[in-house]
Amino acid sequence: MTRTRSKLTQGRIVLAIAIIAFATFSLLVPGFLSAGNVSRLLQNVSILGILAMGMALSIIGRGIDLSMVASMAVSVAWMLAEMNAGASFAHAFGYALIFSIAVGLINGVLIAYVEIPPIFATLAMGTAIYGFGRVFLLASDVNYLPDSWAWLNTLATAAPLGIPVSVLCFGAVCGIGHLFLRRAREGRYIYMMGDNPQAARITGVPLRVMIVAQYVLTSLVALTAGLLMAALVATMNTRIVGSTYVYDIILVAVLGGISLSGGRGGAGSVIVGTLLIGILLNGMTMMNLGYTTQNVIKALILLAALIMDSLVNPRDEQTSQQGDI
Amino acid sequence: MKITTTLVTAATLCLAVLASPLAAQDATPGAGFYNALKGKKIGFVPIAMGFNETQAWRTAMERQAAALGYEIIVRDPNWSIEAGIQAINSLIDEKPDILIIENIDNRSYNRMVQKSIAAGILTIQTQQRSEIASDAYMGPDWNEMGRNAVDGMVQLCGTDSGKNGKIAIIQGALTAPASLLQQAGIDEALKAHPEITVVSNQAADWDATKAYQIATTVLQQEPDLCGIVGFWDVADAGIASAVKEANLQGKVAVITSGSGARDSACDKIASGDFTFYTSYNTAGQGRDLNAIIRTLLQTMPAPGSKPFDLLSPLIRITKDTMTPSSCWTLDELAQIGG
Repeated sequence: MTRTRSKLTQGRIVLAIAIIAFATFSLLVPGFLSAGNVSRLLQNVSILGILAMGMALSIIGRGIDLSMVASMAVSVAWMLAEMNAGASFAHAFGYALIFSIAVGLINGVLIAYVEIPPIFATLAMGTAIYGFGRVFLLASDVNYLPDSWAWLNTLATAAPLGIPVSVLCFGAVCGIGHLFLRRAREGRYIYMMGDNPQAARITGVPLRVMIVAQYVLTSLVALTAGLLMAALVATMNTRIVGSTYVYDIILVAVLGGISLSGGRGGAGSVIVGTLLIGILLNGMTMMNLGYTTQNVIKALILLAALIMDSLVNPRDEQTSQQGDI
Repeated sequence: MKITTTLVTAATLCLAVLASPLAAQDATPGAGFYNALKGKKIGFVPIAMGFNETQAWRTAMERQAAALGYEIIVRDPNWSIEAGIQAINSLIDEKPDILIIENIDNRSYNRMVQKSIAAGILTIQTQQRSEIASDAYMGPDWNEMGRNAVDGMVQLCGTDSGKNGKIAIIQGALTAPASLLQQAGIDEALKAHPEITVVSNQAADWDATKAYQIATTVLQQEPDLCGIVGFWDVADAGIASAVKEANLQGKVAVITSGSGARDSACDKIASGDFTFYTSYNTAGQGRDLNAIIRTLLQTMPAPGSKPFDLLSPLIRITKDTMTPSSCWTLDELAQIGG
């Protein structure tokens, strides 16, 4: 699996851009560098970061999960709806957990056994999950955290030792993700599947089972992010399914150096990608730049990162993989 | 004598015959009303079903339709402009008597509104107006909503309040009249209030999570902020969360507006999440829609010939002015709405 690669990996380029952006905002925007703002900055992107870690799991194994946002929104909205109907926390959470695992299983089976390409299987599943949720589970798009469960909001907005709970969650998910990918045998399998699925199979990786496991994991990470989101803003609006949020998630993952063709990158890539987006969003909001201006600047910086990677690490016979996009 | 008697009798008979239609109408009051409505078909294309405003209208309209024997056909495009255009097109082909369109912005459905009128369908626009006038517009005057928000700012952060007047605005989607016109109303009204300074103005795209993120950043940057103005209660739940998280509830005012549904309005006013709320009272809007339907179906003007507005009366709600009837729930509407 060793490749001839320059030391300037995409992850490092993006890290450098993040540091430059951070330094620029620190000089230009008063208050940007304060401890409080840095923790807010991290907090605002921690949910996106957690989702990107989940997405990373499926992308590294040469998959992709476009149903992630739907799975997150519908399972958590269902949980809130059950809570509003008077169910206990364990009961309501149990429903969400079962729903989330079921979504992962169906995704995995469709991809591993029915052999539908992941991009189509999960695209269709996303729509199916939302439709199922809206027709059978949810009376309304917007579901509020009931007042009797306000402690969840208190818990999510706490900041022990000055670090917001959501940042701690992001750290924990990345930490567990890192240990799983680098230390666990199943984690190594995911890299092997991403690098060359056929070779992995020949060397004894239980390919189909691993694919199913991979999508269940991604769906569970989505549930974690959804719980945090609902607890933070005390509501879950399933309309998020129709938004472009899933592309933001993919962007964060890919930006940090997780190749869409699989087998490359890790938790570090997710952290770097999340940091850059967080710094840009926070700094531009503080500069009070308009919505469209913000989008243009964000897009230009992302393009710049991709162009630099392409210049520093050109694709050739040695670096490209079978099935590279 | 005989001739006179005959003539009088004949004249009386004639009069009776001539007057009989009137007499028949008097005998069964409202027959014209019922006949005008019975068996009619009404198409409704909302931005999306599944949120307070559209669900309330639908509930109110279906209650009246069931009582008077006409049909409401709902086509849900779920926030998609393309799906909305398809839905409107297919409804136009089905030739309903009335088509109700909730615009997603001020342009996208322009041609659809024209096409519907040209096809001879009475066309009602709700909540947001396109650039093309149709038979009726039902919804708030968004400029007035903006002026209301400024009244809230002045009351809570102006000179008399002893506060510094620093305000942040978190808008909805920049292309939506609800955002554009509300902002215009705010800009206009703020000219008379130099003591209010807008330190930040961002768009959160009607999304609670984005509103939350912008609010946390702004609160961090402006620790002495006096108030945050949001444009829709559903998204502004995120602003309230950010304020609570920063331990600033009661110190930073949250000024918002919306449908006046109990869960998104009164519950949050009671809990201190929202300080000043302007409701366009969607329960009342449901009744307004029903009134427009009844009127148009009885008068049957040529489509597009006599456009009129039915602007929603606004209600201001704060903790002090809130009463049990300030807000509504869908269950209530299903029983007594419309």
